[in-house]
Amino acid sequence: MSDIKYKSYMTDKIGPLPFCPGCGHTTLINALDKALVELQPDPKDVVIVTDIGCIGLSDRYFTTNAFHGLHGRSITYACGLKLARPELTVITLMGDGAAGIGGTHFLNVARRNIGITLLIGNNFNYGMTGGQHSVTTPTGGITSTTPWGNPEGPMDLCGTAVAAGAAWVYRATTFDKDLPDVIKTAIEQPGFAFVDTWELCTAYYMPRNKLRKKELFGLLDSYGFSIGLQADSPRPEYSVKYMEAYEQGKSVIKKKPRIEAQHPNSVTRQTGIIIAGSAGQKIRSAATVLAEGSIFAGLNATQKDDYPITVQTGHSVAEIILSPDRIDYTGIENPDFFILVSEDGLKRTRPKIQSLPETCILYADETIELPETKAQVRRLPFRKLEKAVGKLSLSTAAVAAMLEDSGMFPIEAFGLAIKSFQSEKIAEINLKAVTAGAELTSKSSKIG
Amino acid sequence: MGYEFIEGNEAIARGAMRAGCDFFASYPITPASSILHYMNVLVPEAGGVVIQGEDEIASMGFCIGAAMAGRKVLTSTSGPGLSLYSENIGLAQMGETPLVIINIQRQGPATGSATKGAESDIQFTRWVTSGGLPVIALSPATVEEAYLLTYIAFNFAEKYRTPVFIMANKEIGVTKEAADLESIELPPLVERKKVPSGQKEYLPHLFEELDEVPAISDFGGDYIARYTTSTHDKTAYLVTKPDVIQEMIDHYFAKIENAIDDITLVKEDFQEGAETLVISYGIISRSAAVAISEARAKGIKISALVLQTIWPVPEKVIKAAMKGIRKIIVPEMNMGQYLIEIERLAATDVEVIGVNKMNTTLVSPQEIIEKGGLL
Repeated sequence: MSDIKYKSYMTDKIGPLPFCPGCGHTTLINALDKALVELQPDPKDVVIVTDIGCIGLSDRYFTTNAFHGLHGRSITYACGLKLARPELTVITLMGDGAAGIGGTHFLNVARRNIGITLLIGNNFNYGMTGGQHSVTTPTGGITSTTPWGNPEGPMDLCGTAVAAGAAWVYRATTFDKDLPDVIKTAIEQPGFAFVDTWELCTAYYMPRNKLRKKELFGLLDSYGFSIGLQADSPRPEYSVKYMEAYEQGKSVIKKKPRIEAQHPNSVTRQTGIIIAGSAGQKIRSAATVLAEGSIFAGLNATQKDDYPITVQTGHSVAEIILSPDRIDYTGIENPDFFILVSEDGLKRTRPKIQSLPETCILYADETIELPETKAQVRRLPFRKLEKAVGKLSLSTAAVAAMLEDSGMFPIEAFGLAIKSFQSEKIAEINLKAVTAGAELTSKSSKIG
Repeated sequence: MGYEFIEGNEAIARGAMRAGCDFFASYPITPASSILHYMNVLVPEAGGVVIQGEDEIASMGFCIGAAMAGRKVLTSTSGPGLSLYSENIGLAQMGETPLVIINIQRQGPATGSATKGAESDIQFTRWVTSGGLPVIALSPATVEEAYLLTYIAFNFAEKYRTPVFIMANKEIGVTKEAADLESIELPPLVERKKVPSGQKEYLPHLFEELDEVPAISDFGGDYIARYTTSTHDKTAYLVTKPDVIQEMIDHYFAKIENAIDDITLVKEDFQEGAETLVISYGIISRSAAVAISEARAKGIKISALVLQTIWPVPEKVIKAAMKGIRKIIVPEMNMGQYLIEIERLAATDVEVIGVNKMNTTLVSPQEIIEKGGLL
């Protein structure tokens, strides 16, 4: 050992570790140093991550990189560092207080198996703030905040980690001679490794509860807890799994075609269109291809959707604005066209329909019972059409009916959008729906 | 070339990717969730890392760790998520961490109307965490601006080593518009200033002048790096000396406040002889544009100032725009959160009118015309 490069990973410039006489943290930190000396990593490749609590005073004593963060969040910073640079050795030091406030991070790092090492100095209370009870304080334990004995039950950190799926878990005490070896083995694990080290808080918990070495082991016995390995079930580390999943998956980015104006239009001012129907009727898709078709016809367009958080149930309402100019205000106060294809749509938009201006043309399925409205109503057999074109293409057909009737831009531009942006199979069905829908309002059929 | 019909959230994701974002951690929340969906594809395909945290606290923690290990980092949320980010935003300020935070604002407080827009978080963002340090926040008005300002937010984050906010709105995030992102002219990409090699050691908060942004050395880089949540000196070791603490606080303020000209982004539409000025930002600047053109059509002389940078307050530009102005109209999708900034800058004899609404619907041009006295 005489020719090793790094004899210690602790600085000798700022004196000894700052902990109270007899504090277990000193033993734990020195054991970590010994483990690192055994492993001999370049200090630049090691990050000690700590947060708030007495043990968080320790990071400045290391000659490695150090990250001192907010209470209970050190696991998250450690994970961020590890995810960004998987080659780093990231070691997190926390107290039992941090295990409480950061409990969800503790559970989730175990579940994810991100390859950090977590060392918890577990001394059953908050030392830094004056000996309050923590999530590991034994039932009946006297602390500043449980003066008559702790009524709560303690959390078994190892058991919790195991239940959360931690790959490697070890319960230790600061009285264990092999603590440096245990920590070394933990650091060597490729996945998440956790050492729960039981220790004495000589300032608060020990004097208040007469918890010395003997009683500490008695406490372990009373819980039926063993010192030693609690889990050793290696599985691929998160970053490895992440890359595997990515490489096995196939690229899902498809370059979407760009839209260039190539059709004429007859729209002279900002025009508002509302399509109201049921979720599952592809209202939003029909609205999007209408807008895209209008851009093919040299117009500007916006689209806003309103639908419940559930799918395939309830309403679906799309608001589209078309304009030859830039669209500034995206609200539709007085719609120019309103397409109503189902009762769900009516339920959602009833007040709007009741207040439609007489300039608005309302295309409504012939079977829907409409409220009183000033709009010019065009009754169309959308539901009958549904049988021919299918439920998923009904709204496309209804949009085609409106488009043919209004003459805002050629139906070909609408078709071009469908061909450009929908999958071949869906486009084929929808193009048939466009033809069928346009027939409902075409001049020839009206004359006929 | 040519247009796409896309929502603001997609433009934001693509703006981030254009800026070289290679780490994204976030937690789903309406109306920001689709940013997660885009980033979960775009980031891995570009060789970066993406992870969905167990909550917003973890997501922001991941971001801070990754940013300090050299990644260009994005996260996205909405009001309730910003509340959970708060504590870690303070840490990011303390550690001078470059990262970009997207807030697709919705109607608050609390869960509010999850799927509806508002500008709930304007002042919340200014005072987002303990300490009251200055923040940089940009507000896009269109899908194309969402792309541009997200890209610029990365430049500001890297240049000033600070979290930068994009204050969008549901009304931009999930509204689709025709956009030609490839044709948008972008400023040159800015990368963080790195500590040159061959130095004796790395001082994480080293500056000569108070407003100098310290060069950075990533965790895992050439030097031993330190980072701390506590008051510290240039070495990032905890200090308790009041003069050292004050110097660091002065530095945090100076690096942003002295850069205000660089950070200021506005759009001006001034009319000669106008005595009325509309000051707006975000989506409502578009309602204002309609109101202004209608007012001008009626012969009313009126000027417009649209703020893309809302924090720090572009005071110089606002005061210049106020010259000769007798009446200022400030429409907002909240109860007057930016109005108080304009009121403190306006001369006492200038009438300042807030057009405020917080009922999930857009402030309309008509409301600006009526409440602003532009009939």
